[in-house]
Formats: sequence, C-alpha cells, structure tokens
Amino acid sequence: MIIAFTLNGEKRIIDVETDRRVVDILREDFGLTGTKESCGTGECGSCTILVDGRNRLSCLMLAIQLQDREVTTIEGMAPGGRLHPLQKAFIEHGAVQCGFCTPGMIMSSAALLKKNTAPTREEIREGLSGNLCRCTGYQKIVDAVDAAAREMEGDPRP
Amino acid sequence: MRKVFLPRTLSECRSILDAEPDACVYAGGTDLIVQMRAGELNPPVLVCLERIAELQGVREHSDHLWLGAGTTHADLLNHSLVRRHLPVLVKALKMLGSPLIRNMGTLGGNICTASPAADTLPPLYVLDAELELQSKSAVRLLPLRQFITGPGQRQLAKGELLAGVRVKKPEGFNIHHFEKIGQRKALACAIASMAALLTVSSGGVIETARLAWGSVGPTVVISPSLEAALVGERISRTALEKVARMARQVVSPIDDIRASAAYRRQVAGNLLLRLAAL
Repeated sequence: MIIAFTLNGEKRIIDVETDRRVVDILREDFGLTGTKESCGTGECGSCTILVDGRNRLSCLMLAIQLQDREVTTIEGMAPGGRLHPLQKAFIEHGAVQCGFCTPGMIMSSAALLKKNTAPTREEIREGLSGNLCRCTGYQKIVDAVDAAAREMEGDPRP
Repeated sequence: MRKVFLPRTLSECRSILDAEPDACVYAGGTDLIVQMRAGELNPPVLVCLERIAELQGVREHSDHLWLGAGTTHADLLNHSLVRRHLPVLVKALKMLGSPLIRNMGTLGGNICTASPAADTLPPLYVLDAELELQSKSAVRLLPLRQFITGPGQRQLAKGELLAGVRVKKPEGFNIHHFEKIGQRKALACAIASMAALLTVSSGGVIETARLAWGSVGPTVVISPSLEAALVGERISRTALEKVARMARQVVSPIDDIRASAAYRRQVAGNLLLRLAAL
C-alpha cells in the first residue's frame, strides 16, 4: 500500500505492507537505526518517536498509521549535525552510559518540553516514566533535561 | 500479509466491518499488538480506529458527559470537563501505564480489553457508566457492570463497536478517591486498586458510599452490602477497620506473578483504611 507521510521534515511516499511495525520500517527501510527496539511490548520506551509532536511507541504502531502524519526520530533532532540542546545536555551531564535508551529518552524529553517549558524535577521524572534506563539511575538524565529546559527557553524547535 | 484498514468515518468503518466480518478493531494497539506479537491472537484483518473523529472527544449534556471511546487517556486527562466532573477517573488516568501508553491507549480499549486490573474500570463502576454499543442497525445502551462478564470477556456482539461512554455527573459526593498498589509508580499493572465516591457530613458521618475494587477478582468487585455497612458510620479508622474485614471476605483474588492472593486480600481491605486519612 502507498503511504504518504513526513519523516524528519521531508515528505515521503512509500509502498509497504500495511501490517509492518513502524519501528521496523524506520530501521530497515530508512536505515534510521537511532530508534531502538528493546521490549517490543510498550514497556521500555526505547522505540519512542514523535508523531505530530507527541511521543509514541513505534513498536506498537503499524505502517498504515503513518498516513499523513509528521514523524520525528532522533536523527531529525540534529539537522545539519547541529545538536539539539537536549542532546548537548545529555552529553555534558553524563546522562548516557550504554546509550540504548538515550534516543527514546531524548524524544520523550522533547515531547515533555514542548508541553511544559519549565518542568520541575518531579514533572521530568513523571514525563520520562515510560522510558527505562538500566545504567544511569536516572539522576543525570533528570539533570540533563532540567539544564536543557533552562537553555531552551523560547527555543521553538521540537 | 495481514490487511489493515484506517477508516476516517464511522460509516466507512461500518462498510469495512460488513465486508470483513472476521476483522479485529484496535485503537492504541497497546494491548492488541502485544498479544499478536506474543502469538496469542492472529486476526486476519485489522481495522485501526484512531482516525475516526466521531469516536473522539468529550461532550457535555445536562446530566451526563459523553466520553468518546476512541479518546486517548492523555486527552481525557487533559480535558477540562473530565477534570471538573470526574476527579475519580482523573486520579486513575494519572496512574495508567506511562505518558507513552496514555498517548496511544484509549478509554474504549481499556474497557473492551476487560482486564480485571484495568485502571479506568473501578472509577467507571462507581460512576455507574453506561456504554453506547453501535451495530449496523442500532445503538444499544448497556451498563458497564453488565458488559464485562469475566477476564477479557465482554458482551460485544460481532460487528458491534463501543462508540462512547456515558457518565452521569456525580452529584453530592465530597470524596472522589482512587488508589492503586503496583510494583512501581509507572508502568505497573495493578496488584489491587480501589475507587470510592463518598458523601461525608460535616460531622464526619458517611451518608452515601460507592466502592469498587480492581485486580482482586475476575472482574471489578462491587458490593452493595459493604456500601450499606459504611453508611451511618463515622469516617474513622475504627469503623473502616470493621468494614475492611468484610471487604477481605468479599474479594476473590488469585496468586500471580505480581502478588499472592493473600496479599491482595489484605491490601483490598487496607485500601479502605486510607479513606480515614484523606
């Protein structure tokens, strides 16, 4: 089936089987391997992407659900190689250890900061509560999102 | 390959369901796609309901709210009418899954999955919600309490869709309470939960009580005799202890990976004691 959608700012028209999972299309067809799959059941958040600005799980979405949507993956966060303030903050604050949860963490953080430009630490924890990290203990991730929120005040990017 | 449809209107959806009687509908996919991946379900055709505007949103009527079955948990949680009239549901929605699950999963999905641990069910039982079930030719109204008959079991005829949920605006209750016990704060399936609507007089006497427990029986547990036992009692630890002992006899929990039946039975009673601390 022919499906038209916007991926990281570019219009795309693809011919795919309608029941393939979005995470597989992103990784296998587009080579966008920044989006990870861990649990495949919606419990870990590794596969988080933005769909029309909201964070969603690409492992629980089927191809047909891409129709007419605007999708942003981690690769779309740094156009022209210019890192997003969240990405810079994750590096500066040591919020990355093995790195497998990081793309999902960044995408959920971006969705949170879009809704709430000045979240409290508790609101950051709540906003990231669907994204699991088994390395950092979360403290440095909260530090990074907190720092990025301050840095981004007034920044219109997703 | 499995065919998947994405209808934009109810009438388009209806034509698809007529032509594909074995189709399975889904909205958020947070249960169905997981079950398919686990090999528990293998529907030949899927119909995704996420784009059908007629199934979404919240509408206010004189004495009730209509909640579209296709409305996501996040949209309900942020809706001013839901926040104003249904605080007991809002408290449960805040505990449901995670922000990601709430952005995908819908009220209709939570109801039709009919899990005894579903977070929206105890609030909807105390609110005495009615379901709008649409078939090809008619719409019927069925109380939620009759719709769910067992774990994963519901009175949904072939081709019938849950379109919306009618909830009377609760009048006169001054306690709107929900508490869930899980293994963690987010992404936790309930070990036990309880929703309560109470009217408590200025002197601290319970005048009306509606209670419903999740995850401690094959369906949500309600008990008119327990509710009656609370009426006329002071909202005190001593009075609640007495009724909590009765509650532990009324529930019928099971042992599973999350908790033992004995623990659930104990906690089902303890959840009542919280009412004294509000």
